[in-house]
Amino acid sequence: MIAKFLKSREAILLAAVIALILLVETRFAGFAAPSNLAGVFNDTSILIILALGQMAVILTKCIDLSLASNLALTGMVVAMINATAPGVPVIALIALAIGMGVVMGMFNGILVWKLDIPPIVVTLGTLTIYRGVIFLISDGAWINAHEMSGGFKAFPRAEFLGLPVLSWIALLIVGLFVVLIGRTGLGRAFYAVGGNPHAAVYTGISVGFTRFMAFTIAGGLAGLCGYLWVSRYAVAYVDVAGGFELDVVAACVIGGISIAGGIGTVGGAVLGALFLGVIKNALPVAGISPFWQLAISGAAIIIAVAFNARGERSKGRVILKSAEHAQ
Amino acid sequence: MAPKDYSPRAAADTAAPVLELRGISKSFPGVKALSDVALELRPGEVTALIGENGAGKSTLVKILTGIYQPDEGEIRVDGEPMRFATATAAADAGVTAIHQETVLFDELSVGENIFLGHAPHTRLGLMDWARMNREATAILDRVGARIDPTIPLRELGIANKHLVAIARALSVEARVVVMDEPTAALSQKEIEELYELVERLKAEGKAILFISHKFDEVFRIADRYTVFRDGEMVGAGRLDETSEDRLVELMVGRSVDQIFPQRHPVLGGEVLKVVGYSHPTEFADINFTLRKGEILGFYGLVGAGRSEFMQALFGVTRPSKGAIRIDGKVAVIRSPTEAIAQGIVYVPEDRGKQGAITALPIFQNVTLPSLDRTSRSGFLRMAEEFRLAREYTQRLDLRAASLDQDVGNLSGGNQQKVVIAKWLATKPKVIILDEPTKGIDVGSKAAVHEFMAELAAEGLSVIMVSSEIPEILGMSDRVIVMREGRMAAEYDRADLTPETLVRAAAGLEEAA
Repeated sequence: MIAKFLKSREAILLAAVIALILLVETRFAGFAAPSNLAGVFNDTSILIILALGQMAVILTKCIDLSLASNLALTGMVVAMINATAPGVPVIALIALAIGMGVVMGMFNGILVWKLDIPPIVVTLGTLTIYRGVIFLISDGAWINAHEMSGGFKAFPRAEFLGLPVLSWIALLIVGLFVVLIGRTGLGRAFYAVGGNPHAAVYTGISVGFTRFMAFTIAGGLAGLCGYLWVSRYAVAYVDVAGGFELDVVAACVIGGISIAGGIGTVGGAVLGALFLGVIKNALPVAGISPFWQLAISGAAIIIAVAFNARGERSKGRVILKSAEHAQ
Repeated sequence: MAPKDYSPRAAADTAAPVLELRGISKSFPGVKALSDVALELRPGEVTALIGENGAGKSTLVKILTGIYQPDEGEIRVDGEPMRFATATAAADAGVTAIHQETVLFDELSVGENIFLGHAPHTRLGLMDWARMNREATAILDRVGARIDPTIPLRELGIANKHLVAIARALSVEARVVVMDEPTAALSQKEIEELYELVERLKAEGKAILFISHKFDEVFRIADRYTVFRDGEMVGAGRLDETSEDRLVELMVGRSVDQIFPQRHPVLGGEVLKVVGYSHPTEFADINFTLRKGEILGFYGLVGAGRSEFMQALFGVTRPSKGAIRIDGKVAVIRSPTEAIAQGIVYVPEDRGKQGAITALPIFQNVTLPSLDRTSRSGFLRMAEEFRLAREYTQRLDLRAASLDQDVGNLSGGNQQKVVIAKWLATKPKVIILDEPTKGIDVGSKAAVHEFMAELAAEGLSVIMVSSEIPEILGMSDRVIVMREGRMAAEYDRADLTPETLVRAAAGLEEAA
């Protein structure tokens, strides 16, 4: 078990994350202190949650580019409700956020399933639609901290057993995903559908429905993150989380989730997100321009994909050899 | 001087061959695809290449077109030894192939398709569209096609696409044209037009290699024949000096030298009854009954509609008409899930594409359709999954380091076992095996046959689709022959000879 883990991509990634933390620590003592690392984790929580949703989608050989727009739209809606009716309990707003996210995810999923439109096209469209709706409902206006109720803003920051609720939610989602991916038929179906859609059909798995479920789950998580984002940063506007969908895809790719589908682990997605999170938190401390951060995450993506491509290619060769027998 | 005379018996050779193959051999791991074969193609002559599925015809085409390199032997063009190291080298030597499914580009114009790779240029190095379209029209006229070279290829029907492929062959001044079952997808009228075209190419002095399963067309348009069997050349000569019977005999061979398990079938009651199953385009009016413990063989040429029917029976596609009964009760199958629930499972022909999920470990492949049995209140139990996977992979004698190993790392034979284990674990009543031994080595083949016999003896009903005559004869209790989407004949094993099988599949009259 341990020997196998040491050879896995997750181990390499974990080592990279630790090395990165230690490297920053040598320059800025205190970075590796537990309290600071907890802060880094908290900062990365939303990325982790979205990366897990994206992972479910990518496993089925699809992609969801609309996650950040979904997040921004639900965030705006719950912020507007809170601003106009501060009496609505936070828990109801969270439920609403998840519900809205689920509906938006289902919309993506239905288009992919029933109309057979390529996912990248569907979600590129809904990315724009969801973002456009924010402008329509808000007229481009911002909702600022002073318009939000205290409870609305306090929930994700509330401390529980030494960690903010935001971190606990991320941990809870990770736990749920470990079970979903590893211990349920749906999780297994994600791998089957992405690994070999044709074979999945012959095995009695509905490819379209499985993809629909992946989009729905990802949408629900994006909705949840919508609330978490606007309450944590205490602001909602049209461009909230603009471009964040690419960070999410990057986290997945760095985490070893194959863009071709069917390969990837929960641990990989979490570590991929943490890797980006550490870079994001370390560079400002080091006084390095945020543009370097973009270059570094970009380089990390390319390196990770090169790794994946190598791993998958050697597998392909074995299959081809046996396929040649058929001649 | 050649040390050995490989040439087919030359009775009245009119011209020197353009292309000669001598002593060509080609092996793939575990399979000898071609063994010491020879072929001569002469200008203005049509040579028919005949052989069962798997006789090595496709391999030969790939060698002729530079896609495969022969392990041994030589290719001579105009008597000069040549090496077709790449597809371009073959094309430069004047060899072009027209494949069963055209390898053209739907989104490009007809003219671009014809001249792709050697389009005329202006002095500035830009495409000379006017000249290209002019020349394309001229070539299309030569093949008797009135097609506007500026329209996109996708607007053409399959017959016209063939003509474009042929025009492309002429545009590079081909001297040898290889046609790989060109009539397989054509209607009767289109076939007639193709015959005319072949005559015209002959008149232009092209050497033509015409690959076909169909005796009527071979006798109609070919001058010479070459017969392959199991990768060897077993006969060649002029068609006017032979007969259908002789060709069938050559194709089939006399002895069936494979060993098949001894079976003593004890057939039970009716398990599956199929009545009038039809599909709008793929098959029509399929009727049969399958009894408990029976092995029912489905024989036919490639493209006879066997797999398509099986896919409908398994619910991947829907029939337009027809009904089935399982254990006497009317059953409706609209999806593979329903088929599995009714006890019908299907092991597809193309394992890589439709069978195994190569990125998942063995045990997860095996349990995939049985997850409801390995889980409790919605959660999978890994121990139970391993137990189920172990039980069925052991029965199949699967050799793997661990059940945790990815299926992609297994050999073809072992992948096949994983797929079969997966289906046995669902405890089916009927198992459909589509070309169960295609592409696996001889040892694994025997194991699969052995196992099939065991399954039948245990009371499972087996439908075996196979294009291998020995396998059909060696394993089946009853055989249904399909031709062009319909049932051509049904035989009890006792009434069956290789010749009757080949004749029924090819649509020939019964020999007197």
